[in-house]
Amino acid sequence: MKIGILALQGAFIEHQYMLEKLGVETVQVRLAEHLLGLDGLIIPGGESTTIGKLAVDFHILEDLRQFGKEHPVWGTCAGAIFLSKDIHRNQPLLGLMDITTARNAFGRQVDSFETSLDVPVLVKNGSKPAPFPAVFIRAPLIESVGEGVQVLATLPGNRIVAAREGQWLVTSFHPELTNDDRFHRYFMEMISSK
Amino acid sequence: MTNEVGTFAVKKGLAQMLKGGVIMDVVTPEHARIAEDAGACAVMALERVPADIRADGGVARMSDPELILKIMDTVSIPVMAKCRIGHFVEAQILEAIGVDYIDESEVLTPADEANHILKHNFKVPFVCGCRNLGEALRRIGEGAAMIRTKGEAGTGDVVEAVRHARQVLGDVRMLQAMQEEELMAYAKTIGAPYELIVETRKLGHLPVVNFAAGGIATPADAALMMQLGVDGVFVGSGIFKSGDPAKRAAAIVKSVTHYQDAKILAEISRNLGEPMVGRQISAIPENELIADRGW
Repeated sequence: MKIGILALQGAFIEHQYMLEKLGVETVQVRLAEHLLGLDGLIIPGGESTTIGKLAVDFHILEDLRQFGKEHPVWGTCAGAIFLSKDIHRNQPLLGLMDITTARNAFGRQVDSFETSLDVPVLVKNGSKPAPFPAVFIRAPLIESVGEGVQVLATLPGNRIVAAREGQWLVTSFHPELTNDDRFHRYFMEMISSK
Repeated sequence: MTNEVGTFAVKKGLAQMLKGGVIMDVVTPEHARIAEDAGACAVMALERVPADIRADGGVARMSDPELILKIMDTVSIPVMAKCRIGHFVEAQILEAIGVDYIDESEVLTPADEANHILKHNFKVPFVCGCRNLGEALRRIGEGAAMIRTKGEAGTGDVVEAVRHARQVLGDVRMLQAMQEEELMAYAKTIGAPYELIVETRKLGHLPVVNFAAGGIATPADAALMMQLGVDGVFVGSGIFKSGDPAKRAAAIVKSVTHYQDAKILAEISRNLGEPMVGRQISAIPENELIADRGW
């Protein structure tokens, strides 16, 4: 299995370390040609405005969109914004997933937080349910989802912070900043079962 | 299920999100807009860029909170601001207005010539300057969640940035070659907390994100620092003291992403207009150098 990590800007090396520990071959994606031969793509956290601008400047927005139509893609934080159809503002997006996302929905950095999340899809048959350690950094919130979208995790008040639509996965928090690799393994299963 | 704010993981985590990016000094909301449009991953809000602080002389202090707030209202990316070394009340004020990162900076006139701020006391994260591993680990020991090599701000001369990055990264490489028995004596020699020496050796890099700063003026300068091994760059006077700030800013952003690709670097280095007028550091009297501030 070969997974690409969009490496225009942001925390791409953290995803790479996590995947390499799981025995996955990784590629840093900066240009369209780097997408060749990949089984899936992770769009990391970072600044969505920066990532969007670089994707436009180096003419890879359409290639990424096309790749996403054919392969599994997971967006964390800025990556989740980038995958969204609507974010209430004008900036370059892939616009693949039928979700509406709000940037910086929890406030500024002083409001960034850690918490524990119940994520039912991560609980294997027969294993004990363990909460997922979630790190939210100037995080986006998934305000609403379309009909085909499965909600994977919420904060109190039914605020959506993880969702899946077919081959696309989004989390507004950062599994790559923790020692818990369950979301990475879940994404690998999405790739294997495709 | 409780939410914990201001943990070291979220402080350090924001810096991790800034990696591979360019943090730009801005003095007006208009500059901030130009920086965001050019692809800056964050801006540093201040009243004067370092080149002007150098030229003007006098005491350099924290900027007017009104200016910082206007810049925070203008852009959606993180906004950083500087306080003086040791001036924990300036830091309290910056935290109160909600800046995303505080730079306890040698570019401003130090308020304490013996001590830095105890940064663990704050919910807002701090970035601090360093010239070597000892200085970096002392700052992390005080709670800094991000480090930048100092360079010599406001000069447009990259030589000190290179010196400090080579020193810090070289110190880490040397540390990895040491035997465990030698670590305590090394901690004593460089004046760094022992536990952080052990952690750095184990990781093979600083325990927090490390950017370069101080003298970066061209896409080639930025890519040079990236190839030396830093995680991203601060550009101060280099953008808004140049002939075409928007174009240069965008080019530097691209150079940090494609720092290993000389063909792309060649393309984006073309027709950028006049760079900032530099000041050769070797021609600056020693008492005017600011990188020596910090203890």
